[in-house]
Amino acid sequence: MTLKSFMNEALSPWMKNEGPESDIVISSRVRLARNLEKVPFPIAASEEQLEDVTYRIREEFTGQAHQDFGELSLVSMADLTANEKQVLVEKHLVSPHLTRKPIHRAALLSEDESLSVMINEEDHFRIQCLLSGFQLEEGLQLADSMDDWMEETLDFAFDERRGYLTSCPTNVGTGLRSSVMMHLPALVLTKQLNRILPAINQLGLVVRGIYGEGSEAQGNLYQISNQKTLGASESDIVKDLRSVVTQLIEHERTAREQLWNDSRLKLEDRIFRSYGLLSYSRIMESKEAMRRLSDVRLGIDMGIIEHVPAKILNELMVMTQPGFLQQYAGESLKPEERDQRRASLIRERINMENNEESHDGGGK
Amino acid sequence: MLCQECQEREASLHFTKIINGEKTEFHLCDICAKDKGEELPGGNNFSIHKLLSGLLDTGQAFSSPSPGRRKQPERNDLQCETCGTTYRLFAERGRFGCADCYYYFDEKLDPVLRRIHGGNTVHSGKVPKRKGRDMHVYREIEELKSEMQRQISEEEFEQAAETRDKIRELEHALKEKGGDAS
Repeated sequence: MTLKSFMNEALSPWMKNEGPESDIVISSRVRLARNLEKVPFPIAASEEQLEDVTYRIREEFTGQAHQDFGELSLVSMADLTANEKQVLVEKHLVSPHLTRKPIHRAALLSEDESLSVMINEEDHFRIQCLLSGFQLEEGLQLADSMDDWMEETLDFAFDERRGYLTSCPTNVGTGLRSSVMMHLPALVLTKQLNRILPAINQLGLVVRGIYGEGSEAQGNLYQISNQKTLGASESDIVKDLRSVVTQLIEHERTAREQLWNDSRLKLEDRIFRSYGLLSYSRIMESKEAMRRLSDVRLGIDMGIIEHVPAKILNELMVMTQPGFLQQYAGESLKPEERDQRRASLIRERINMENNEESHDGGGK
Repeated sequence: MLCQECQEREASLHFTKIINGEKTEFHLCDICAKDKGEELPGGNNFSIHKLLSGLLDTGQAFSSPSPGRRKQPERNDLQCETCGTTYRLFAERGRFGCADCYYYFDEKLDPVLRRIHGGNTVHSGKVPKRKGRDMHVYREIEELKSEMQRQISEEEFEQAAETRDKIRELEHALKEKGGDAS
């Protein structure tokens, strides 16, 4: 398989578009937690009950066309290989939790993969919309319309006082978790982020690394989401997050200007060193790859590197994860082999740009 | 002081763990501390569920201040009659077993929800369309019922009779629709 055709298969179509503010906000995600009435939550449900939940989804929704998402298909976790599951996790279409106990776990996916409904994760349904760039309102609107559509045929557990009932009390009420993935290299470089993060926490928002709960930040990527789900309307929750993210974007832009004005040479040196390493290395660990890619992406966004498209970070960020590397290789790889593959995939991807633009610089 | 595990390196981590009044002291070097990671506070094992279960447990801790009283927990342990989950199990894993747990554990939930959701205990967002429609009717019936009580107490019997008819009409409409009364 050539790298190009692999990329086409590997990347979700939504990843290829660039949304608003995409130089700083990589993606926006909105998810709604829902449960069926009169069926125990997955943690307490029997095998038969779990099976019945997936059965109902298969009967009611697969092959059906939704007005916004088109035709939906159901993917059973039990039918996938370990690596195929890993790839879905790396694409953020399903959570690691869903793949751990694959029996009667499934995901309902739209063709462009902007919609995923996880079935029998912590709740019976987790409706999730992923969009590129800063598009929280749009994400909410889409998730909301999927919710309405499902509610036409399913009875959701809902209480007038507590709202939508969820397995974990942290999700009750709206069941809404909205989040954005932000690339904040200049705030990290200027050491301002550590001062900003506590303030964000005080506003009832949570900051995490890219792979969710407990994961560390890699490649200067941070996921910011609402903590509260009860007591505010969906649109207010999204508005609050939006306003904080808007301010963070401003801070990041100011920090970038500050770097440009105060230490341009050092900044350029750092960016081109990273570009050189990505272009020529033979062994590249995933953490280093993320760090170097972040530098190059910053260079692209600031106009320091001109012939490489900005989406390269988003692509390589996903494609250099273990599951993707193994899928590309067509076999399972040991960590050292992955580091070699990763280095060569990155070299190849960067060269693809150089060849297309008939620019020199890269090399095998 | 030497590390109590390896007895080789200087201990750099000192802490005291008190569980049920039983005090244990630890003096470890960095390397041994990493090996013991799971048992140590502040390690990487910090997850929202553990945090949450600590939060849910506080009610229990207040009601049983001495370790001796922990012996008889069933007395005040609530249980969901639908799925069998006890409040204790809920507190342990941070998960309700089913939607009815919210009903059976209701008396304990307000402080828990308040802490998680910045002081909020009541939903004010989306209402499901189909179910929601009935819910508005239920609310109206409740309001009419209290209106009727007021009218009766003020001896406005004619108006009370009118209100009663309205209530019957609404209840009838709900039944016609086959609306689920839960």
